[in-house]
Amino acid sequence: MVLIFVVLIPVLMMLIYSFLTKEFRGGVIWEFSLDAYDQFFCSRGLFGDEPCSIEWTYINIFWRSIWQAGAATLLSLVIGFPTAYFIATRPERVRPVWVFLITIPYWVNLLIRTVSMKFMLRDNGPLNDMLLATGIIDDPLRIVNTNFAVQLGLFYSYLPFMVLPIYASVERYNFALSEAAADLYASKWVTLRRILIPAVKPGVIAGCILVFVPSLGSFLAPDLLGGAKNFMIGSLIEEQFKGNAGNWPFGAAASMILLTAVLIILVIFARQQARAQKAVS
Amino acid sequence: MARRGYDIKRFTGFLPMTILCIVILYAPLVIVTVYSFNDSQSITNWEGISLRWYVDVFTGPESEKFKLAAWNSFTIAIIAAGTATTLSTLAATSVIRGGQFRLRMLSLGLISMPLMVPEIVTAVATLIFFNSIGFTRGYLTILVAHIAFCIPFAYMPIAARMQGIEDTFEQAALDLYATKRQAFTKILLPMMMPGIISGFLLAFIISLDDFIITNFVKGAGVETLPTAIFGAVKQGIKPNIMAISTMLLGVSILMVTISYFVSKKDELG
Repeated sequence: MVLIFVVLIPVLMMLIYSFLTKEFRGGVIWEFSLDAYDQFFCSRGLFGDEPCSIEWTYINIFWRSIWQAGAATLLSLVIGFPTAYFIATRPERVRPVWVFLITIPYWVNLLIRTVSMKFMLRDNGPLNDMLLATGIIDDPLRIVNTNFAVQLGLFYSYLPFMVLPIYASVERYNFALSEAAADLYASKWVTLRRILIPAVKPGVIAGCILVFVPSLGSFLAPDLLGGAKNFMIGSLIEEQFKGNAGNWPFGAAASMILLTAVLIILVIFARQQARAQKAVS
Repeated sequence: MARRGYDIKRFTGFLPMTILCIVILYAPLVIVTVYSFNDSQSITNWEGISLRWYVDVFTGPESEKFKLAAWNSFTIAIIAAGTATTLSTLAATSVIRGGQFRLRMLSLGLISMPLMVPEIVTAVATLIFFNSIGFTRGYLTILVAHIAFCIPFAYMPIAARMQGIEDTFEQAALDLYATKRQAFTKILLPMMMPGIISGFLLAFIISLDDFIITNFVKGAGVETLPTAIFGAVKQGIKPNIMAISTMLLGVSILMVTISYFVSKKDELG
């Protein structure tokens, strides 16, 4: 019971705050207002007296966050799936060692990892030095402060979350099924695509969610690697509470919108998982 | 298998991908560690090995700031992890031993919720909560927030351990005229110890590492190591930051390794 209060009351307070009036430079005035949501969705012209037309600034930031998180998820899937598969097909004794290797970076401070990434990707950083020295490129790549840098940062931050659930489901997979398919003259890749991947799909989806959700609201990677131009929703929220904007109700409203999006994703996911469970049994 | 002439489990290209994965995960960390020993003012040129930036961290112009931040970070981490572990142990005992199935699932869902929601949302909710009850932001708000978000991380390994212990052990103790309290402290608690230790260590790292929530709930002037590092990095990455980062990195890896071996040793025994 205590738990319900600890988790739900702050969220409820956040919801209430998003409907209050902002106080100049932080805090709220206890007066009902829809200003925060109005500001997010509506454009009312230069003097604020025109009827509501769609305000694209924040919707675009939200859309960019989805796009960036999606790209990071795809990137982690491309690298993470083969890795998870490879680990799951090692001898049972060495598997925990591989898993441990994958988990260690997750426990290292996210801030330090992001700073390390920035250090490595700098214009005159080690990555560019290496590429220049080997003659692959003639001019240093400008990666920091691009969308791509943010995608790399997010990918790097949450890669272990992709590997672990996929590993868990491949490990449980019964390879006799693949054998059977191969006996029926299925090629290796067909076996992978038609038999194994459908069987481990719950793990793949779980991995994608675990990368996508934290990426969506992340603050450090876009802030440190993306610079001012590659704003994501996390930075927008931070700006309202810590930065110069100082508009708490707007920050609370943006958080509620983010939370709602995440909860929708999680509900869809939970229903899919339930259906997959039913299909198996 | 031989009759097909190939191994159905093996795919060419998966090993290189795995190696790539490991390289990506570790390269930035290794590079920062290496460069933290660089004997150069600039972060670009390599001028030989030295410990000067480590000396700088402890005695340099910014050392006071970092020492205070480190003190805050470690005291908060120890108190928060300790409290979260104690609460989780009690919660796990009552929920798993006493609770009905539905209650168990509900509490599991609620406990894992902070793990599923983006951290920034938790940070906003926590800040607003403190604000609405009139809690002045400072050391204490950081501590309370850390205790709260450490609980899921402490709870998971403890509950997992607890589930593996049959209640016959306590039953036996009770049959032999142990009091309930004795059955708990003498039988259950020692058996749960590996879970409790790894729960504590994980909570400790999570607290030590947190930036987002701390950044929101800290008052002006109170810094932990991550917020101090973030503030410094905003002005550009300096060599002393790399030295601090390397030390923090070492602490985290040490903790995880201990936690790993505690749980592993237990499986063997």
